[in-house]
Amino acid sequence: MPMTDSDVTWVEEPKLGLLGQLYLPIVYDGLKTTVKHIFSKKLTESYPEQEPTLPPNYRGVHRLNRDDDGRVKCVACYMCATACPAHCIDIVAAPAPQTWTDREKYPETFVIDELRCIYCGMCEEACPVDAIELTTLYDLTGLSREEMIFDKEKLLSVFDQTTQAGTDPVRSRAGKLGPASDAPSATGT
Amino acid sequence: MLDNSWVVLLIVIFGAIAVIMPLVGYLTLAERKVSAWIQDRVGPNRVGPFGLLQPLADGVKFFLKEAPIPKNVDKIFYLLAPAVAMATALIAFAVVPWGATTPPPKPIAMTVSQTDVNTPSALDQFEQTQKEYKNTFNGVIVPGLDIGLLYVFAIGSLAVYGIILGGWSSDNKYSLLGSIRSSAQIISYEIPLGMSIIGILLYTGTMNLEGIIEWQRVNGWFLFFQPLAFLLFMTSVYAECNRLPFDLPEAEQELVGGYLTEYGSLNFGMFMLGEYTHMITTSLLMSILFFGGWSLFGLENSIADPIWGFVLKTFILLAKMGFFLMMYLLVRWTIPRFRFDQLMTLAWKVMIPLSILHLLATMLIRQFDVSPWILSIVSIALFIGAGMIAVTYSTGPNNTPRRTKIPVMAK
Repeated sequence: MPMTDSDVTWVEEPKLGLLGQLYLPIVYDGLKTTVKHIFSKKLTESYPEQEPTLPPNYRGVHRLNRDDDGRVKCVACYMCATACPAHCIDIVAAPAPQTWTDREKYPETFVIDELRCIYCGMCEEACPVDAIELTTLYDLTGLSREEMIFDKEKLLSVFDQTTQAGTDPVRSRAGKLGPASDAPSATGT
Repeated sequence: MLDNSWVVLLIVIFGAIAVIMPLVGYLTLAERKVSAWIQDRVGPNRVGPFGLLQPLADGVKFFLKEAPIPKNVDKIFYLLAPAVAMATALIAFAVVPWGATTPPPKPIAMTVSQTDVNTPSALDQFEQTQKEYKNTFNGVIVPGLDIGLLYVFAIGSLAVYGIILGGWSSDNKYSLLGSIRSSAQIISYEIPLGMSIIGILLYTGTMNLEGIIEWQRVNGWFLFFQPLAFLLFMTSVYAECNRLPFDLPEAEQELVGGYLTEYGSLNFGMFMLGEYTHMITTSLLMSILFFGGWSLFGLENSIADPIWGFVLKTFILLAKMGFFLMMYLLVRWTIPRFRFDQLMTLAWKVMIPLSILHLLATMLIRQFDVSPWILSIVSIALFIGAGMIAVTYSTGPNNTPRRTKIPVMAK
């Protein structure tokens, strides 16, 4: 539909008064704001000295959680590997050791290629036993591609590191899911 | 025939250059830091403590970077333009006092007494005063130049050539447009620049900057006697230095880079050095012409020791210069840029009539020997009168179409 004259509203700009036409009082007001900002708190984060404060659900490097007895929580159900859009999780399941009576399988190898991962958090959402979590570690670097393929030991060590540092408490949706996701104190050996 | 005065002159010249160049470098750092603080961020702070070695790093970068020269440029003018820009800015600094000065001796008027043969003749007395003047150390590179202020404006006018040549020789439409706009702006604002100063010259009787300081030291600052002239001068000087709110020619958002587009590392650096030197020179000029130079209502005499007294006066002058430089940096982030037609309107329709009227008022007041304080009242009255005329006859922005307007409805 072409525009007609009745579609257009012409508005009149407010006129400047005497103080406005003199221009200097306006400039003085502007200068007051400018000078105020010189002395106000700066918003810059000086990076290496000042680490950014990340929210707790920040999606960083993965870790495999341990339960209260130090065993790996993962039951090798392949839910995370199926959910992963980048197909970066590679699991080989094996029968659990005899002493672990509350589960049938455990992951013999659990490999995540951190370079393929897109850090979407789908694996964390898919896991029924709160085994895999994404931590707040953001500054992951490596010198070779092989170095960045994390295996089970490496992932568990990330767990040890982050729980000791206290930055990433273990999150759990215990009780809402299956028996394997019960709160650690409820699990019997 | 290097006698004492030549050696002193060379040392002073070398010293002045050795002081101006680092000062310009640190002015760039100050600009970046103050701009950052105004924007709630921290400026460069990695290179040295508080970023103090940043100008050094910038200088090294400018020297080591490739200075590209596009193929189709007019090579002579392309390389000449930044040289002209920088050279005129440096040369204009020659007569501007940066420290304590003594005014040059006035001509001797004497009646020759025929009976007394012991009084020296007028010529001998004149020679004597000149010799005394030569032997005092003045805080100027070229002391005693009688055309002091005119020299500064003349050399400043030559600075336009740097911009015009730069824009023309870069084989680029946008550079040309930028340089034409810039040259139009500069020559338009040179008129109120000169005319606002004539009121001062009517009082001091001399164009020598040291003489102007002397007049103000004795009689009071021109800021109080002619505030309108100060306002006009300050606005014109912002336009001369291509600083916001008049920096349309080199605005990044407007014309890519304006006349600076085709310039690489050291050529660009020289343009920038020229601009910052111009800022320093004009800040000194503002503090000398209107704020009394190194005088501070008699406080400058508080130290009797000649050397420390010199240092105190220099410090006062440099503190005033620093204040004006801060104003340059602050106003940049306070006022939005003027559109080109608003710029020209301001120069031709507002500032030139105001400066003519101000000059007229000064002439009348000086002719009839009225107290200069009347002039300050007339000055301020002129300014407010101009504001009232603008309010009464203002027709809004120049490019609104002529249609019937509907007032904004109150919600």
